[in-house]
Amino acid sequence: MTAIPLDQGLGLAAALFALGLAGVLVRRNLLFMLMSLEVMLNAAGVAFVVAGARWAAADGQIMFILVLTFAASEVSVGLALILLMHRRNSTLDADANYHLRG
Amino acid sequence: MNAMFDIAAGIAVLATVMMITRPSAVHALLYLTVSLLAVAMVFFVLGAPFAAALEVIIYAGAIMVLFVFVVMMLNIGGEAEALETGWLKPSAWIGPSFLALLLGLELGALAVSGGLARTAAAVVGPQAVGIALTGPYMLAVEIASFLLLAAVVAAFHLGRAVMRGV
Repeated sequence: MTAIPLDQGLGLAAALFALGLAGVLVRRNLLFMLMSLEVMLNAAGVAFVVAGARWAAADGQIMFILVLTFAASEVSVGLALILLMHRRNSTLDADANYHLRG
Repeated sequence: MNAMFDIAAGIAVLATVMMITRPSAVHALLYLTVSLLAVAMVFFVLGAPFAAALEVIIYAGAIMVLFVFVVMMLNIGGEAEALETGWLKPSAWIGPSFLALLLGLELGALAVSGGLARTAAAVVGPQAVGIALTGPYMLAVEIASFLLLAAVVAAFHLGRAVMRGV
């Protein structure tokens, strides 16, 4: 069975990361920015798993598990912050929420 | 298995493009879920079945449920019903369903043609990952547990502030 070439997998990771970055930069809704951040973290995980599969090692998947842990904790705190911001000034616009205090 | 990889990667990129261009949050969530499922398919083809299972369970399962709950909590209001009728139009769900159907066909083709043993040059199964995780990477697991504890404390604290109505 032929293995997947390394550059194809890394190309997929780079494309997903670029799309996530574009989402963070283009969208001004905090919920969409958080979702795009998830896409970027996922792309980093793809790069780890692709590299691990290239050398048939378990290390790539372990780094993916750590990225997954980080993504889960980040999204729980981020969503709680979004709820709090929505409760305070009833908008999710990132440009309207630049007053962090007062 | 190059064709399998190409199809899944194409679906992932396409679904992500649709995700960042949707105006409605729920539509974007549908496409993001499809994108994560496609990435799980990529992991499966690459010979990482444990990572594929974790991707489906944690990313497409738990994290997406969190997002759905927050979208539900933010949409309390009078205009929610009008939005609801708009969300149930076929144009909202036909795209994600079609992409997910492609992924399902791909998985079915893999299962018929002989399964996991033939998908990749070398399969790194859950056993190898578990042995490495509890051996040389023990410290990383401890650090991850610290991170999760900090996230739990922060989410609890912020959630209490939401409950108080600050």
